[in-house]
Amino acid sequence: MREVAVVAFAQTRHERRQQALNEVEMLMPVLHQVKEELGIDQSQIDFTCSGSTDYLAGTAFSFVTTLDAVGAWPPIVESHVEMDAAWALYEAWVKIQTGEADTALVYGYGKSSPGSLRDVLSRQLDPYYVAPLWPDSVALAALQARACLDAGITTVEEMAEIAARSRRAAESNPYAQLRGSEDPSVLLEEPEIAPPLRRHDCPPISDGAAAVVLAAGDRARELTDRPVWIRGIDHRIDAHALGVRDLTASPSTALAAERAGVADGPVDLAELHAPFTHQEVVLRRALGLGDDVVVNPSGGPLAANPLIAAGLIRIGEAAARIARGEARRAVAHATNGPCLQQNLVCVLEGSD
Amino acid sequence: MGKERVAVVGIGQTKHQATRGDVSIAGLVREAVVEALEDAQMTWADIDAVVLGKAPDFFEGVMMPELYLAEAIGAVGKPLLRVHTAGSVGGSTALVAASLIQARIHRRVLAVAFEKQSESEAMWALTLPIPFSPPLVAGAGGYFAPHVRAYMRRSGAPDHIGILVALKDRTNALKNPKAHLHEEGITFESVRDSIMLWDPIRYSETCPSSDGACAVVLTDEAGGDAADSPAWVLGGAMRSEPTMAPGRDEVNPRAGRECAADVYRQAGITDPRRDIDVAEVYVPFSWYEPMWLENLGFAEEGAGWKLVEEGATAMDGDIPWNPSGGVLSSNPIGASGLIRFAEAALQVRGRAGEHQIDGARVALGHAYGGGSQFFAMWVVGADKPTS
Repeated sequence: MREVAVVAFAQTRHERRQQALNEVEMLMPVLHQVKEELGIDQSQIDFTCSGSTDYLAGTAFSFVTTLDAVGAWPPIVESHVEMDAAWALYEAWVKIQTGEADTALVYGYGKSSPGSLRDVLSRQLDPYYVAPLWPDSVALAALQARACLDAGITTVEEMAEIAARSRRAAESNPYAQLRGSEDPSVLLEEPEIAPPLRRHDCPPISDGAAAVVLAAGDRARELTDRPVWIRGIDHRIDAHALGVRDLTASPSTALAAERAGVADGPVDLAELHAPFTHQEVVLRRALGLGDDVVVNPSGGPLAANPLIAAGLIRIGEAAARIARGEARRAVAHATNGPCLQQNLVCVLEGSD
Repeated sequence: MGKERVAVVGIGQTKHQATRGDVSIAGLVREAVVEALEDAQMTWADIDAVVLGKAPDFFEGVMMPELYLAEAIGAVGKPLLRVHTAGSVGGSTALVAASLIQARIHRRVLAVAFEKQSESEAMWALTLPIPFSPPLVAGAGGYFAPHVRAYMRRSGAPDHIGILVALKDRTNALKNPKAHLHEEGITFESVRDSIMLWDPIRYSETCPSSDGACAVVLTDEAGGDAADSPAWVLGGAMRSEPTMAPGRDEVNPRAGRECAADVYRQAGITDPRRDIDVAEVYVPFSWYEPMWLENLGFAEEGAGWKLVEEGATAMDGDIPWNPSGGVLSSNPIGASGLIRFAEAALQVRGRAGEHQIDGARVALGHAYGGGSQFFAMWVVGADKPTS
């Protein structure tokens, strides 16, 4: 395997409703930022890969117009996934592994605000047997939370603590949308909105974008003093039918973690794409993280959850903290689909 | 250490038709995958990873349908990537799947692509009202008609060239049992007299709207060596350019030329018309055959239509294009590119049945999408590459 590093990361200040800018305009500053930081332009990027979804943009082929933000002229080597952009990063990592590219630009964006997000996400479900019933994303997460409570792997108190800890951590993250929190005991006085979930258990609805630049070996060392190396990366998917899944576990995360080598060394930091509080518990168990691991120091998706970008941001945040010397070996995780159906795990390490 | 060699050892396709009302989306996709696995003499357990491609999710009204298809395509517990690069997506799906093997991450990868157009209405899905964006009310044909007109003006091509291409592809389709359109008794006159949809594109010069899926099993070198009649990947490339850029040429796009040049360099092709035995090229509207003949270097600029006129691209010509009947005869959009790639592989494996080109050793598979701005191509051969 070639050594591949995250050499730059940028994200927008995530907002509940970004009405002033369209997707291209939202994305442009982020793309410019990573290139300027490295002192490169598009001609020095060997491969470009993005993530987006037409169901947020409300139009077919939405990624076609956002390609204009990249500056794809003269023509570029480029691809796109209709998934969280963490999978675009995976495709870029594969491209570098083939030896066809030494550098890659990865980006993802999502504006969830124009539609009713929880209803939009119900269109991901089995179109014949489930989607016609319009079960929304919060209701499905509630079903999973109930299963977790019934199985005794978490409590509403622990869920409230996760919410408070995440949003307090976000106070030091200028890009986060929800920053600061009441004490867990105060949060628990609020009514349930989709039992057993309370408002604090749910992610905010966010508009935002992010970009990462990857580079191989010596090219990474040329571009930055502090490359953050991808030591392992893998992704897996679970069954779709909720009835055949054990919603209290995440076998796809556990398998991806094993393949990515999470347990091959000590982990001191994890950025987990757990949009709902109870999902952090499910993921910590699947990843085998100890109590000493700092989880979501950025605030995580409970503080800002721009769909499609949110998983890529976990990788970027973890890499940025390693680059700043705040961690040595980190795990970043991304998810796609209802109730953590599809999961990606990435192990990152600093240079020393 | 160079890239791992990649071989195509299994191919499956549904019977493409306007409405496959007998199967769900999952059933349609599974039909192609099961056929590909049988062809590869493999079971579900042999597959390490799956790459799924399709065109816009609005075409079926299912957001990220690969999530729902995880069980049907045997992806549970495996890596599943969902690629979407507009009309070129079927080709990109094969290339991303190949890259997983070339990088030595996996040994056996399933590439699958589909579209079930009868679930929705593609024209409508392309016409959603977006603020500040002119809607493409006329569908893809309305978008491409001015490009065709520009080609005709530039090249001086006579009006009947498009008719000849449509007649050839639809006649070829009669030899392909999987093709959607089987127009027995089609004639030059019947194409010429069909209704004008988007001047100069007639109804019979337009791709149909199809339900269909295609699946391809790719393996590493050892898998190819062990297979009966593998098709070896000799080269593959993708290129993209913006919808709008000063100096951009929509008729003869630079991204297409550069993508072809890259693939030819990898495959050791210096004269495509001489070195390639058969090509499956994405021609959704008849006039794209002469246009792509030039873009892909089979003819000088302005001379592509002459190859059509002299019959060079016919089944018995020196460089047959689309013996399967092509996109003009079957168009499950997201799968159409993968079908081109698969048909190219079928030819060099000698397994194309009645539409087999005798002695085909090297074949080109091609797909394009967006406003002629996304390109994916591969060249496959009967012989294992030496370098």
